[in-house]
Amino acid sequence: MRLVIPLAITFTAGMIMILNFFVPHQPFKFLGENLQEWYMIVASGAIFLGVMNLMHVHTRKIRLKRKNWKYSPVTIIGFLLMLVTGLIYGVAESKPFDYLFMNMVAPMGATMFSLLAFFVASAAFRAFRASNWRATLLLTSAFLVMLGQVPIGAMIWDKIPLAKVWLMSIPNTAGQRAVMIGAAMGVVSTSLRMIFGIERSWLGGAD
Amino acid sequence: MADFYEKLGNLDRRIIFVLIALSVMIPIIFNMVFPNPVGAEPSRDMFDYVDALPEGSNVLLSFDYDPSTMPELQPMAEAIVLHLFQKNINVVGMALWPQGASLGQDAMSSMADSLGKVQFEDWVNLGYKTGGGVMIVRLGSSMSAVFPTDRDNVPWFEIPMLRGISTLESFSLIISLSAGDPGIIAWVMMAGDRFGVPIGGGCTAVSAPTLYTYLQTGQMVGLLGGLKGAADYETLVGIVDGQAVRGMAPQSVAHVVIMLFIIIGNVAYFSQRKKGGVK
Repeated sequence: MRLVIPLAITFTAGMIMILNFFVPHQPFKFLGENLQEWYMIVASGAIFLGVMNLMHVHTRKIRLKRKNWKYSPVTIIGFLLMLVTGLIYGVAESKPFDYLFMNMVAPMGATMFSLLAFFVASAAFRAFRASNWRATLLLTSAFLVMLGQVPIGAMIWDKIPLAKVWLMSIPNTAGQRAVMIGAAMGVVSTSLRMIFGIERSWLGGAD
Repeated sequence: MADFYEKLGNLDRRIIFVLIALSVMIPIIFNMVFPNPVGAEPSRDMFDYVDALPEGSNVLLSFDYDPSTMPELQPMAEAIVLHLFQKNINVVGMALWPQGASLGQDAMSSMADSLGKVQFEDWVNLGYKTGGGVMIVRLGSSMSAVFPTDRDNVPWFEIPMLRGISTLESFSLIISLSAGDPGIIAWVMMAGDRFGVPIGGGCTAVSAPTLYTYLQTGQMVGLLGGLKGAADYETLVGIVDGQAVRGMAPQSVAHVVIMLFIIIGNVAYFSQRKKGGVK
């Protein structure tokens, strides 16, 4: 039964969604819309699970004094502060939650992502080598796109932005589309395998 | 000389970090502004499409990003919202990312205040809802079922500007400002392809190459890629001294510095290879 029930639920839900797409009339429309709402409810539950997991991981880290445990109280206090201010005052503008979000969370998040520029520069210096003709082609394309993406490219030569648009629209699009079509076919075949119970690894077992 | 090239090849990365920091800080400190000509780019297509929308149209603006990508996407949000308000277009905001709802609120309310636009009459923020692509499909059959209230808990049916809106097909355009998944691709697949609503978007510079495929097929009406896309839109809307336009000078200098480092790295590499040190 542990195997049959999840497989039956997957088959039924999958078939309802497929039929709802191709036959958007009753009863499939009603069933499909209900399943979509169930999905949103289950996904909301996953957020709650994430919160529980965050608390569990960090309280355990503090209790066992694991490596870098001193950062965990900061995480927990930050989380609880946002939770409490959001629950008590709401998330409307000029409320404490919004103030903390706009003046602490937003600048800190932007700062973290900005650090990427330093690592990109360092990695490019060490790894970007014109070691063969393919790497040279990639390097040349990268230079053209980097220059075309900023005004200094047009200041050097007004054809550089055009070269960037051509590279992005033609060779890039051809490569991206090949990858996307391949991935999409993989998604369709894996989904069908799951709906028909051929692919069962998601149940937790090896087969 | 060989020793010099070896040292050059093993340059301390702290030197690289300091030079990158300076390349960003100096243009900001000296308030350098580079002219930003807008050519035949997808950002112009996006502007032209929005500009051609009739007054009173409804546009759905989805803020699908968080603070980490805010430096690129928030200037886009503000420029687009300003353009929509200038054209007297009704703006319905929402978010597929939890933190996008607050960032969207900030962009819409600041622009609304400057132009005298009224919340619930000219713009509304529905907030965040989980579910990504599946939720978008549900919006195609009933928006009020997904958003019974707006972000401030005002019921859907008490908001005047939402009276004429029932499904995604009520919108003349959907714009997704996206930092990843769920984002533009979900909107193209679920709203554009399934319900026939035109999709436009803005994304980080690193995600732009993937989305060019949707431009060529006509599945997207335009795209703002990275800070350059935001600067293009600011220029086209006529924002003087916008955040993104000001960001073009530090970004230009930083790009040149990164390219110089790549050239230095290659010079060192080829010199050492010539001596037989590197294969």
